[in-house]
Amino acid sequence: MSGHSSYVPKTGFERWLDARLPVARLAYDSLIDFPTPKNLNYWYTFGGILALCLGIQLATGIVLAMHYVPHVDYAFASIERIMRDVNYGWLIRYMHSNGASMFFIAVYAHMFRGLYYGSYKAPRELLWILGCVIYLLMMATAFMGYVLPWGQMSFHGAVVITNLFGALPIIGESITTWLWGGFAVDNATLNRFFSLHYLMPFMIAGVVILHVWALHVTGNNNPTGVQVQSKADTVPFHPYYTVKDGFAIAVFMLMFAAFVFFNPNALGHPDNYIPANPLVTPLHIVPEWYFLPFYAILRAVPDKLMGVLMMFGAIAVLFILPWLDTSRVRSLRYRPTTRMYFFIFVVACFVLGFCGGRLPDDKVIPGLTTFVLLDADLNSMVWLSRFATAYYFAYFLLVLPLMGLSETPLEQPASISEPVLSPSAALPAGATASPEKRG
Amino acid sequence: MIWRGRGRTAPFRRSPQAKGGFKVADSVAGANPEHGAGGDDPSRRDFIHIAAGAVAAGAAVTIAWPLVDQMNPAGDTLALASLEVDLTKVQLGQSISIKWRGKPLFVRHRTGAEIAAAIKDDAAPMRDPQTDEARHKKGKAEWLVVIGTCTHLGCVPTFGGGDYGGWFCPCHGSHYDTSGRIRKGPAPKNLAVPDYAFLSDTMVKVG
Repeated sequence: MSGHSSYVPKTGFERWLDARLPVARLAYDSLIDFPTPKNLNYWYTFGGILALCLGIQLATGIVLAMHYVPHVDYAFASIERIMRDVNYGWLIRYMHSNGASMFFIAVYAHMFRGLYYGSYKAPRELLWILGCVIYLLMMATAFMGYVLPWGQMSFHGAVVITNLFGALPIIGESITTWLWGGFAVDNATLNRFFSLHYLMPFMIAGVVILHVWALHVTGNNNPTGVQVQSKADTVPFHPYYTVKDGFAIAVFMLMFAAFVFFNPNALGHPDNYIPANPLVTPLHIVPEWYFLPFYAILRAVPDKLMGVLMMFGAIAVLFILPWLDTSRVRSLRYRPTTRMYFFIFVVACFVLGFCGGRLPDDKVIPGLTTFVLLDADLNSMVWLSRFATAYYFAYFLLVLPLMGLSETPLEQPASISEPVLSPSAALPAGATASPEKRG
Repeated sequence: MIWRGRGRTAPFRRSPQAKGGFKVADSVAGANPEHGAGGDDPSRRDFIHIAAGAVAAGAAVTIAWPLVDQMNPAGDTLALASLEVDLTKVQLGQSISIKWRGKPLFVRHRTGAEIAAAIKDDAAPMRDPQTDEARHKKGKAEWLVVIGTCTHLGCVPTFGGGDYGGWFCPCHGSHYDTSGRIRKGPAPKNLAVPDYAFLSDTMVKVG
């Protein structure tokens, strides 16, 4: 998509096509001859996995829409009909519902990889921001999709999430009424959610094109974080990374298939097999696992508006991340102190996810009552969420800006090839030095 | 070709990108000296540009508004039926939930102890202070009619739960007292009291 093209049309038809609409040239430059750093590890295969996830969700979703009825009286029954009567409906629906979870597993791996290797730093700021846009669209799409079966969790999840906007002062109530198309989550809401759930994956596909375009302008980052300097640092995308991505995809699909065929409801919630009842809220209402960290942040704050702002802020902070990290060094391989903070950050994210799935007053250590701090026992999920939330924001707003100024990074290799060609001279001290060289 | 006669050049001209760099040349602003420089008289052409732009913007808004407003409640949704509730069905100490405007409506037949507990707390510190008397019809203290959605995020509170014996919201732990007032937890407001009237001693019309 950028730079010179090495595509040479071979047949007469290819020459004819190339002079009119150079799609073959585009595909060749993007997927075959694209120069890619030669040191990409398996963390870099999630981009390809994500593209496949989007394809699976689109294909299964379009098929499901042929059988689904977006009406409060028929939606639940039409899902059960898909499960029981439609040919292979059970398979297609389980692929779609588990596919959403697989999509988020891959996107979180992809994002943590970007955070670790500094893939958001100049010149890849826009690439990162486009990725954040995709993530935001994914969350909206997944939320609306979860509403469609019109089970208890669907309905009350929709109530809670749409009510988040009611927290805004003055305009809040008008916005919720506008979102609902009525005075409560009802048929109008279900209808529009179905329409938008069908639309948004195509918007995602559009932003994915921009994301890949931006990637092909700047080129891949790599585990060293050092920019590509010569042809010696790269290999063509095909066959090196088509094969590597292909192998990763095969392994990922094994996990996907294990869920679909052996435990298709493991990641869901049994209450969603109860038809929606607006008069009774399930005793323990939780979102899907991929929203749990944000749900924990929402519940950690005792004030309604502040809770909502913090939850959205947790995503908003990702958008400005390229300007929060002040370090000149991209990869955390060469930033040992920041790397330690990063791993604590990963733990904090998992802790938030854990807290989000529990009741706020649940004990962290069972059977131990400590003392009430402000409004809750210190040994409760709500306080654990508060500590993790504080760390989540501190990592972006304090650690990254300050560490970039204070930390002395390890020496980076002069190029991607250098550590490979002369390991003894170029390896950072203590990083991956081979044992026989240790004094 | 009058356009060229007035010296208009391509409006955007950028210097070629420096290889490997990401700076856009600073000279873009000066590339078109006649545009907006103020040297020429503010001609009819400028006026036409502004007028055409304004009309286009107006047209865009006029077309966008129906597309936005269609999501607001439709006519049939707004034509809300009011609801009549027969109170003889609600025993002392009981609360019933009825669907009204797509939301649950609680009609609670309060016991003397519950009323007394609510009145006793009238002066207690509350997030949304209200006396118990302001929350029921005059002389009808035993009947409490409230909209059964938690004012936090809209879940349906469970009857009789929580620290104050009123309602408890399972979603995020809001406690309401026997007057439906928020006493503990994240909800900002008391359970809402809808417009309603007693048609007779045993019949209430809501809405």
